[in-house]
Amino acid sequence: MASESELNAGIEDGVRRRDFINIAAVSFAGVGAVAVVLPLVNQMNPSADVLALSTTEIDISAIQPGQAIKTSWRKQPVFVRNLVAKEIAEAKAVPLSDLRDPQTIDERTKPGKENWLITLGVCTHLGCVPLGAAEGENKGDFGGYFCPCHGSHYDTAARIRKGPAPTNLVVPPYEFTSDTVVMIG
Amino acid sequence: MSFPWAKPYEPQHPLMKWMDEKLPIPRLVYNATGPGYPVPRNLNYFWNFGVLAGAALMIQIITGIILAMHYAANVGVAFNSVEHIMRDVNAGWFIRYAHMNGASMFFIVVYLHIFRGLYYGSYKAPREMVWLLGVVIFLLMMATAFMGYVLPWGQMSFWGAQVITGFFSAIPIVGEPVRQWLLGGFVPDNATLNRFFSLHYLLPFVILGVIILHIWALHIPGSNNPTGIEVKDEQDTVPFHPYYTAKDGFGLGVFLLVFVALTFFSPNMLGHADNYIPANSLSTPAHIVPEWYFLPFYAILKAFTFNFLWIDAKLWGVIAMFASIALLFFLPWLDSSPVKSTTYRPLYRWFFWVLVADVLLLGVCGMMPAEQPWVILSQLGSIYYFAHFLVILPIVSRIERPLPMPNSITEAVLAKHAPDAASVPAAA
Repeated sequence: MASESELNAGIEDGVRRRDFINIAAVSFAGVGAVAVVLPLVNQMNPSADVLALSTTEIDISAIQPGQAIKTSWRKQPVFVRNLVAKEIAEAKAVPLSDLRDPQTIDERTKPGKENWLITLGVCTHLGCVPLGAAEGENKGDFGGYFCPCHGSHYDTAARIRKGPAPTNLVVPPYEFTSDTVVMIG
Repeated sequence: MSFPWAKPYEPQHPLMKWMDEKLPIPRLVYNATGPGYPVPRNLNYFWNFGVLAGAALMIQIITGIILAMHYAANVGVAFNSVEHIMRDVNAGWFIRYAHMNGASMFFIVVYLHIFRGLYYGSYKAPREMVWLLGVVIFLLMMATAFMGYVLPWGQMSFWGAQVITGFFSAIPIVGEPVRQWLLGGFVPDNATLNRFFSLHYLLPFVILGVIILHIWALHIPGSNNPTGIEVKDEQDTVPFHPYYTAKDGFGLGVFLLVFVALTFFSPNMLGHADNYIPANSLSTPAHIVPEWYFLPFYAILKAFTFNFLWIDAKLWGVIAMFASIALLFFLPWLDSSPVKSTTYRPLYRWFFWVLVADVLLLGVCGMMPAEQPWVILSQLGSIYYFAHFLVILPIVSRIERPLPMPNSITEAVLAKHAPDAASVPAAA
């Protein structure tokens, strides 16, 4: 076995040859550990079958002006609302500077279809389903949706106006495949 | 560890001598909870709650293991498997009700245990590590209780999971991906239920491990006591066994009476009727509240209804809620008074009781809907909670003049139990 003086022989700067082996071994083990942890962490992300539920077709022909329906996309509730002219006018009358998450109603609907307001029914605060889609439910102070969990009020364009939610109700990606059918996702 | 006058373990029987050489578990028990562990002679009944919390954990582990034999963690059958336990499994209703109410009992005794630590200054030097480990146990308990509540897959289970994982979506940029990672989907679903079941089974054993560290750290300085004066010599202590095994045994009897009364006579008193409705991802219950033991923290979460500075209301609420617990980690250094027991702190005593009232007020606010006057009350309550720890406590502990203290535990005890007050100066 080499003595301490032999190991340190010929070294002026205090670095031993064996230090390289130690650093290399620990580094390699570290890379290996990270490589093992990656799949262990990644397995918790949404799996392929969950991601596959990504499009839903909705028939909107039965929704009368002023009415809304609740449906689901990716297992999340979706509100489809047929706005009346008064609700659109109300939404347009609000100056953007009054909004927490400034967006016009035109940015939240499709051109020529601005009476169709399609949003996720998931409060952007902590994810409850807001009220206001079904007949007779509390629509909040601004005539849109009201989340009873923590008191967020949304207006007729489903924009956040009052309460703890940070952003407007999310408009999912969608397109009209015909005048009466919408494909979400 | 322990005091020099602790009675040494001397096995007499040849079998015990043999055992002591191979695996000295009897020695460990003797020195931890037997005659070999001297404890202050003046502990009151508030010192029962640590043992009671341990008993509550064991009840949860035993009933939980049995429930897992009959429960199925799949969204298609979870709700029905719980009803199967309630209706079909022999004594299943009893085991499930014991587990449900056992969780509440666990939190009741732990809150009283924390109350004891706060009132008698058990978090101060030399017991800071005991306190820190205690806060870790408290956090683990909250995570475990939350995940357990999700398992029956009722309406409150589902929406509780949705709201609580929603906390993480408040984090800027990475929040939503983190939430989806926790859920394994976009909403709580089968992946969520399965992982929560796995973790709900795991975490109690992690808690058990941290409890061992908690007790280990406690047994180095030894127990605090109602005077907060450290043990000076042998006459200040009595052996743990038989004195405190007997006292804890009596407390355990009282605890079990309350526990069975709750389990048998009003098993659903502390629960929510909505959780007997199967989970529905398209309809939130009209009035969503967490279990009672989370209410004060929930009130702090709900107190933020407006954006402040450049941070939005949602993130403020989540930060404040986590901070209200994280603050406890700093308590040993926020309170700089060397006097432990509130009994000798005339000024702090007032603020202590105001804090207790404040936490109770927050509890009520947490239960109430997000309307006035509850919003403003939870805002005031939250401000006071933070002010207590960050402003009042550091100031009071500097300016306060404590009451005169006895020289030792023995002197305090003898003064209290003297046949007549006149004989005390003579004895001293």
